[in-house]
Amino acid sequence: MVTTFVFVLTAAVMLVAALIAVLKDNLVHAAMGLVVTLFGTAVLFVLLESYFLAVAQVVIYVGAIAILIVFSIMLTRRVGAHWGRQTNATWPWALLTAGVLTVLFALMVRGWDPDAVLPAAAGVPEDITARLGAALVDPNGYVVPFEVASVLLLAALIGAVYVAWGGRKAEKETQG
Amino acid sequence: METKILWLLPLSPLVAFALIVLFAHRNRALSHTLAILSVVLSWAGSMFVFWRALQVGAEHLAEEPFHSVINWLPIGNGFFRLGVQLDPLAAIVLFFVAWTIVMIFIYSVGYHNFGQPEGDHDEKGLPPHGATVEHNGHKHKVPSIEPMYSRFFAFVSLFAFGMYLLVVSDNLLTLFAGWEIMGLCSFLLIGFWFKKPSARDAAIKAFMTTRVGDVFMLLGIAYLYTQVGSLRYADIFNPETLHHLATHPAPVLGMSAAGLIGLLLFIGTVGKSAQWPLHVWLPDAMEGPTPVSAMIHAATMVSAGVYLTIRIFPLLAAAGHETAFTSPMPIIAFIGAFTALFAATIAVAQNDIKRVLAYSTISQLGYMVAAVGIGAYVAAAFHLVTHAFFKALLFLGSGSVIHGMEHGVLHTGQHIDPQNMYNMGGLRRKMPITFWTFLIGGFALSGFPVVTAGFWSKDEILSEAFGLGHMGVFWTLAIAAFLTAFYTMRQITLTFLGRPRTEAAAHAHETPLTMTGPLMVLAVFAVAFGWLGVPEHFPILGHMLPAWFQEWVGATFHGIVPEHGELTFSYFPLTVSLVVALGGLLVGWLVYRGVQRADQPDPLERVLGPIYGLLENKYYFDELYTYLLVKPAYWFGAVFTFRWMDRTLIDNNLHAIAYLSWRLGNFLRNRIDLPIVNGLGDAIAEGTKGAGRLLRVVQSGRVQHYMLMALVNAAALLALVYYFVARS
Amino acid sequence: MVPLSWYLIVAALLFGIGVYGVLARKNAVAILIGLELMFNAVLVNVLAFWRYLQPTGTAGLVFAVVIFAVAAAEVAVGLALFIAVYRRFGSSDVDDINLLKW
Repeated sequence: MVTTFVFVLTAAVMLVAALIAVLKDNLVHAAMGLVVTLFGTAVLFVLLESYFLAVAQVVIYVGAIAILIVFSIMLTRRVGAHWGRQTNATWPWALLTAGVLTVLFALMVRGWDPDAVLPAAAGVPEDITARLGAALVDPNGYVVPFEVASVLLLAALIGAVYVAWGGRKAEKETQG
Repeated sequence: METKILWLLPLSPLVAFALIVLFAHRNRALSHTLAILSVVLSWAGSMFVFWRALQVGAEHLAEEPFHSVINWLPIGNGFFRLGVQLDPLAAIVLFFVAWTIVMIFIYSVGYHNFGQPEGDHDEKGLPPHGATVEHNGHKHKVPSIEPMYSRFFAFVSLFAFGMYLLVVSDNLLTLFAGWEIMGLCSFLLIGFWFKKPSARDAAIKAFMTTRVGDVFMLLGIAYLYTQVGSLRYADIFNPETLHHLATHPAPVLGMSAAGLIGLLLFIGTVGKSAQWPLHVWLPDAMEGPTPVSAMIHAATMVSAGVYLTIRIFPLLAAAGHETAFTSPMPIIAFIGAFTALFAATIAVAQNDIKRVLAYSTISQLGYMVAAVGIGAYVAAAFHLVTHAFFKALLFLGSGSVIHGMEHGVLHTGQHIDPQNMYNMGGLRRKMPITFWTFLIGGFALSGFPVVTAGFWSKDEILSEAFGLGHMGVFWTLAIAAFLTAFYTMRQITLTFLGRPRTEAAAHAHETPLTMTGPLMVLAVFAVAFGWLGVPEHFPILGHMLPAWFQEWVGATFHGIVPEHGELTFSYFPLTVSLVVALGGLLVGWLVYRGVQRADQPDPLERVLGPIYGLLENKYYFDELYTYLLVKPAYWFGAVFTFRWMDRTLIDNNLHAIAYLSWRLGNFLRNRIDLPIVNGLGDAIAEGTKGAGRLLRVVQSGRVQHYMLMALVNAAALLALVYYFVARS
Repeated sequence: MVPLSWYLIVAALLFGIGVYGVLARKNAVAILIGLELMFNAVLVNVLAFWRYLQPTGTAGLVFAVVIFAVAAAEVAVGLALFIAVYRRFGSSDVDDINLLKW
């Protein structure tokens, strides 16, 4: 009961915030909308009893990615400039495509299982997080994807630093 | 032996011709030596053969002539054979041919001024004009040597080959070959001085006119060959063949085959012997050097025509004998008699010394032809031989006169025509040998009684005409004889008698021995030869001298011509002959002895009035032929064939084809090649470019577009999958 | 209890909104925002399936962890790239970055 209500509320808030995130010309507002959406996702994670991931969501997404996005917005605008219209000319097509995809997904969902599927009776074990940790480093488990993801992060780190290097001089040129 | 020599007679001058042309022509002395040597050899051979023929005797020779045959062309199963033959007629013709040719060759050495210096501005193709020599410090002009000396001897040698070939041949084909060779040489020699337009025109005229005759002659030969299958005399002139030909009808004119053949062959004679109407070339042929006129146009070539007519007399007689068909004999007699009178009238009004002799030749040949036409072939042969001698003599004499006159022209520098008799006069004192020999020749031509050969032969013809009852022929020939004597005496009077009428005539002098020698030799024949043919019935002399000639030649056709009985002798033709000959000579002397000045008009002009103009202009026959024949032929060539057919029809066809090809090419290029073929290629290229231009819009460089396209595709795929697969 | 399909529909809607954001926004960062929304939708999907179908296993969770890592890496690199591009072109409008245009 309560979960249903919370779910609906959270969903609504999420979706509205998502709409703000994609429709507002003021990108800071859009970023804020994104943040709210991310928070909403965290709430949904809690509802889905994956508490660890909910926290991870907040920490990673909101705490790092959203901040990063805000920083980028700030770094890439001239001081005092108007935002201008942020929607490009092909938005009808975009709308149509998004709509078609959404409808398709929705139809597939409904088609797949007409009756409601309830959470599995087994429930989430208490030590799921420990199991997650163990699975991540278990050679018979998911150590390989874990390590690969680590390597990926390393590469991304180095790459991002390298690409964004050569900073102040160039910035001064474009601004001066 | 005799037959071997017969083969060699034509060969000797032919070899001389070849040697002169190929090797000796730069050396004048060598050239004339070769030529004269060759004809002397031929003469010697001819005399030997003639002597052998005399030994054999006329009848035997007639039955079994000296004969040699070779297989020449393989035809079918057998051979086309040709060879040499000597029967009595051929023997006597050979005799005079050999003598006259030798005499004329020797004469030519002097005539062309051998030994004289080269002329001042002589050029090949024009007569020599004299050279200036210094003599004791003072210059005068002398005659110069002919620039084309060797060429002359080459040509006359070739000519001699042709004549010998004609005489010794045993068939009509080699006779025709010799005939044509002589025609060629006539052309070459008339046009000897080729840079003179008049000489060139005269040569062409001679060749063309005789060609007309030759075409008909060839038709006759062909027709004869189809009827008989052979052209050899032995095969034709035997009674069976003659009978067959005489009874076989010919397709035209109601004649028998014999008659038509005879007529066609006779037309060849009309051309070659310059009878009317093909007489026009002979007077113009006087453009050639005088030895040429003497030899070709007096003694030998024109005689060949008469020889042919006599040779085919059996054919003509056979045709004339059959009364069912038209006979060619009256036609022949008419043409002969008419020509004799016609030419004699023209000769009366000519002033050039050689022209008179030319028309005289035509006239005398007419006598011979008329004689054959009435059946008196023996008389014709007799006149043929005597005429050859005295006409050659007269021509050579005239050449001597002209030479003397030219010497006078060079000496005095007077520019007069040395050949015009009105410019002469009194030459008997300046050129005595020439005068006496010319007188003998002229009297022979006129028929001066007893002591000249011409009397005997001409009288024979008149007697035969009278005796056989052909009065028309008789009187025509008698009148012609009067005119002959008249113009001959006119000629002698104007040239030799009286006083010189010009400076040049006063300075003339006698010509060298090489020229006067032959004159003297021929004069002997002109006097003596007649005595070989004195008829039996002739008073006094008839019993003293045998009629050797008549027997000799008469034996030739023994058995194959219809014999006519002995003619009763009558004094009438003899009297007429004497009257016209002596009378003509007297009248001629009387009329012309009073001519004092060169520019004086001819006394006859006053007498004859407008007729004199007609005679002087040769009855305008040349103009008539020009208008009727020459101009149309020229029109045909220049306008019809060249302008209309060649340039207009053919060339325009070519132009049209070229134009159409060009148009077609243009069409193919511009309408098909460029638009369609090129266009296709270009269209493919342009199409590809256009498609590219249309499609590259997609590549906008904008990532969102790419994303959009990807998602659209994904959505579509998803929809398809959902619709067909997932929805179950 | 909330049926699974509700979660999935929410995720689908979120995903659609994210697609619209990616396709229709001019600023590169705005596109990244849309991209993040899509990631979140996927995460919701994955975890909903984990909870409803196999909550005792760790597969779903591991998947989600990996998605987190990938998303983070991708954002980092993407923003670095965007900064570099902004410096080069002086404009944050992706329409202007069309050098690969024909």
